[in-house]
Amino acid sequence: MSIEPAADEVELRVNGDPRRIRVDPRVTLLDALRDEFGLTGPKKGCDLGQCGSCTVLLDGRRITSCLTFAVMHDGREVTTIEGLGGDPEGELHPVQRAFVDHDAFQCGFCTPGQIMAAVALLDEGHAGDDDEIREWMSGNLCRCAAYPNIVTAIAAAAGR
Amino acid sequence: MRPFTYTRPDEPAHAWAELGPDAMYIAGGTNLVDLMKCGVAGPARLVDIGGLPLGGIGSDGDTLRIGALVRNSDLAAHPVVSERLPVLAQALLAGASPQLRNLATLGGNLMQRTRCGYFRDPSMPCNKRLPESGCAALDGDHRGHAVLGTSERCIATHPSDLAVALLALGARVRIDGPGGPRVEPIDAFHLPPGDTPERETTLAHGELITGVEVPLTALGARSHYLKVRERASFAFAMCSVAVALDVREGTVRDARIVLGGVATTPWRAGAAETALIGAPPGTAAFARAGEAATEGARPLRDNGYKVELIRRVVARALTTLTTVEGDRG
Repeated sequence: MSIEPAADEVELRVNGDPRRIRVDPRVTLLDALRDEFGLTGPKKGCDLGQCGSCTVLLDGRRITSCLTFAVMHDGREVTTIEGLGGDPEGELHPVQRAFVDHDAFQCGFCTPGQIMAAVALLDEGHAGDDDEIREWMSGNLCRCAAYPNIVTAIAAAAGR
Repeated sequence: MRPFTYTRPDEPAHAWAELGPDAMYIAGGTNLVDLMKCGVAGPARLVDIGGLPLGGIGSDGDTLRIGALVRNSDLAAHPVVSERLPVLAQALLAGASPQLRNLATLGGNLMQRTRCGYFRDPSMPCNKRLPESGCAALDGDHRGHAVLGTSERCIATHPSDLAVALLALGARVRIDGPGGPRVEPIDAFHLPPGDTPERETTLAHGELITGVEVPLTALGARSHYLKVRERASFAFAMCSVAVALDVREGTVRDARIVLGGVATTPWRAGAAETALIGAPPGTAAFARAGEAATEGARPLRDNGYKVELIRRVVARALTTLTTVEGDRG
């Protein structure tokens, strides 16, 4: 006797493209992005919402994609680091450019999550000073401890 | 993770109709998805309440009405909250990270489970997770555990910042379910562990938090939240306090002091309030309040530091609140 795994249909707009998939309801949004759509920019660090490396934008707002199931987001818009600059062959997004210019990473594993969080932070208007940037980036850990340059890069992207 | 079926009803009556015995509600999911991954929660059916009409924030002048599905980030940014309920805005922004606050909901925050490491590890005994299995924290790593409201069966802290502020503000929880709607003061909503630590709130199976009402008072407008953590941000409280004061003609007329991170429920320190009322605000009265806030504390081998932390956090929060008041002239 075989048991048919449960699968639910969900439609997501991923980096501007409408995509329809059938997934087991246990699949997190993070796993759907990585395994169903091949978008490996969002990283699976802790998988418990504690490190921020899976950060993506959901309807324009930053979330930890590991702590939510894909089936819960039918009809919604997801932006990953791959969708940030628009044309993959074109210019980097200004926050990506700032991270490169200010050497805001070492190993790079946390970087897509850091950049997505920073893009949201700038949109929210939380780059007033370095302390504010640090507080509003507190959901993103960097085990290489590139924090000083991350703050500098975000401040530069904010025009300071 | 145990397989489950998923459903997303669009009205409350359908939600509780679909909530069978082995089913759970899910909203933001920041706590429940985590617990499902740890193997602590394993519902056979998830009823997603995200499609129910339980959003929105409204004010009628003397009460703020908040829908259960309002995100923590939206509530913190609401002008009535930031202008008239500082303790609520500060507690919300002291909780979790911006990413989590964009997912987490008001109702889910009140229902969140403890961060006790033994509760979160199905290989360990835990009376809260598995009644009558024992408490590994009593003789184990309990540096982060509660000193107030504990029982011989459970010493796990309640992790919420938001609930601590709501208790200081005298909030009421709106509930609906198969038995009809009801409203409960938040000080009765969370239950101390006693002999049944698995029972954490008065919600019956199938019942749903639909919203919270917060009275808009002069006391709530002069309030402050202080949270002490092991790192500067994005950590649960070692000790936190919500304070609110009504000071007139050099005398404290009314006070609310509620502790977080040190008790099994959001903890109203009534003795500390009594110590303040009628006294002139100042260093001496604040130290007495800090001392009174520790009344009933039962520290264990490795969490005695929390008793001293309570004294200092209460005194510092009251000092900050009255200093800010003074600066305003």
